[in-house]
Amino acid sequence: MEYRTVLTTCTYCGCGCGLYLEVMDGHVVNTIPCKTSPVNEGKLCVKGWNVHEFVHSPKRLTQPLLRKNGELTPVSWDEALDFTVKRLREIREAHGSDCLAFLASAKVTNEENYLIQKFARAAVGTNNIDHCARL
Amino acid sequence: MAGLAAAFGSGAMTNSIAELEDADCILVIGSNTTSSHPLVATRIFRAKEKGAKVIVVDPRKIQLVHQADLHVRHNLGTDVALVNGIMHVILANGWHNQAFVDERTEGFEELRGVVEQYTPERTAEITGVSVEDIRTMAEWYAKARASSIVYCMGITQHTTGVDNVKSLANLAMLTGHIGRESTGVNPLRGQNNVQGACDMGGLPNVYPGYQAVNVPENREKFEKVWNAKLSDKVGLTIPGILEGLNSGSVKAVYVVGENPMVSDPDIHHVEKALRSAELLVVQDIFLTPTAELAHVVLPGASFAEKDGTFSNTERRVQRVRQAIKPIGQARADWEIIQDLSTRFGYPMNYESPAAILDEVAQVTPSYGGITFDRLEGDGLSWPCPNSEHPGTKFLHAGRFSRGLGLFHAIEYKPPAEVVDVDYPFWLTTGRVHVHYHTGTMTRNSPSLHEEMPEGFLEINPQDARTLGVKSGDTVRVSSRRGEVLVRVDLTTRVRQGMVFMPFHFVESCANILTNPAHDPIAKIPEYKVCAVTLEKAA
Ligand code: SF4
Repeated sequence: MEYRTVLTTCTYCGCGCGLYLEVMDGHVVNTIPCKTSPVNEGKLCVKGWNVHEFVHSPKRLTQPLLRKNGELTPVSWDEALDFTVKRLREIREAHGSDCLAFLASAKVTNEENYLIQKFARAAVGTNNIDHCARL
Repeated sequence: MAGLAAAFGSGAMTNSIAELEDADCILVIGSNTTSSHPLVATRIFRAKEKGAKVIVVDPRKIQLVHQADLHVRHNLGTDVALVNGIMHVILANGWHNQAFVDERTEGFEELRGVVEQYTPERTAEITGVSVEDIRTMAEWYAKARASSIVYCMGITQHTTGVDNVKSLANLAMLTGHIGRESTGVNPLRGQNNVQGACDMGGLPNVYPGYQAVNVPENREKFEKVWNAKLSDKVGLTIPGILEGLNSGSVKAVYVVGENPMVSDPDIHHVEKALRSAELLVVQDIFLTPTAELAHVVLPGASFAEKDGTFSNTERRVQRVRQAIKPIGQARADWEIIQDLSTRFGYPMNYESPAAILDEVAQVTPSYGGITFDRLEGDGLSWPCPNSEHPGTKFLHAGRFSRGLGLFHAIEYKPPAEVVDVDYPFWLTTGRVHVHYHTGTMTRNSPSLHEEMPEGFLEINPQDARTLGVKSGDTVRVSSRRGEVLVRVDLTTRVRQGMVFMPFHFVESCANILTNPAHDPIAKIPEYKVCAVTLEKAA
């Protein structure tokens, strides 16, 4: 049996509490508050205590989907990404860069947000990038 | 955050969460802190134990009210008038900090001119708050050694959201409760990495670190580092993107980890816009209602499956660490974007998130000294301009980011939609403690789902009697934009004439009802106020 704890940051609210995920045989099975975190000092709220629960939900998306004949159909990464790139290029060629828009996310990491806006600005050539900060 | 940036030169929380504990007076306005930011609420409780005065301004009797020395229930959407009234009393009694005003601010005479008209009597008439309570708030806030303001969406989600925030900034500057330990104006960010998404330039007008896209030097700097030609045109915000989809000027939308089909106001309008996209790509961890409309759905990884950083509401950058491999064929979002970009013809070859953060540090002065190595332990609060800098606990010490603090003279304006004979109830929306945002994650967590499996509508028992409904009955709630069926919960948390609904639940979706009318500058929709009518459902 493999058991580890991994120190990380809660994904729910803007407090950013420190917590340990308990991992057993590749599964996140429980959450423990971090006592040395300057934010939460060993406390968590009800969301934080249960933050591991959605990770292995059977409803998680596990493969790329592409709409075929009106239905979202499982496809390979290559097919999904190549289709996306082809359509993005076609639309940009026909209507210009500012016809494309991107929504970054308050749920993904800083590094990921950085790459999304870099892709929009440097690769596609538009500043049409926003996220739900306002919500 | 546009309001704070205009007043101070930076839109972020001015002070750290821990400092709240040592404030002598805390003014909590439009923040249901115990539900939305529980660990901030803990600090408020501790301050209270140490003798601080806690003032809660909220139309609802939220849980924090039980800890408050004073609870003020103002009419929905009258925040500007209330704060002007408080400043009127402060000035009339000479409780303001003239030295601070003289040395650190500009625009004071204009402010005084407007504030003079908000006598306690007139303010009471607009806000429904008694003259006595207005006086008490003014005295406690102004006279304390260190007063701190905490606010959240209850302030920003109005057509006057930017005005509301500027008013709070006025109050802090007038009394000198800013730029010192345990003071400040502190917006609590709703979602975990809103601060980071803004810091990283997930906004149409700025590059990472709030560097404006229409300033030529900024553009040239990024063009050089990114080796690409960049647009100098400010981009579209979400309302603009939706309008563009409807009018045909926007054809494709790529959505990462967002769910506008539940989170945005007037869902029917959102759905129509998204359906008209020639290409809708959604990258997420669940098949959200937004993903269901997509042409392509890409499975991203959850926070447990990747490395990176989040920036919390107090500007503290902290590590996210990979605990397990991504589920199924899911991939970390940074890897997906990198792969996509390379296929698109703009190669990206970062070895790891650490390498991406190094590039962030290179182009973002406030993140200049932040690297993965330095984040072991407590993390770092920006600004952290170089590798020796210890990070910044509170902002604006000695000098505001913009130089002098700027007062804004602001008149009260009523909400965009007010009650009338057809829609006689005020509806306000918000969060509950067990759920998060659109519920994508929390409602897929058995323990949290069990705690609160469905949505509800809070209604005052008096109003319930008039309508002939009992607790647990279902009512039809209608606004000018749509209708939903929802179970009622009788409670004096709301007063007569007002109802409350949480927005996490797709099947009783509050945002079918809400008004997309938004603030002209920040473009934040008016989630907090709209007019509805109620009837008992058969
Ligand atoms: S544990 Fe609770 S308070 Fe802490 S970050 Fe998570 S949701 Fe926020």
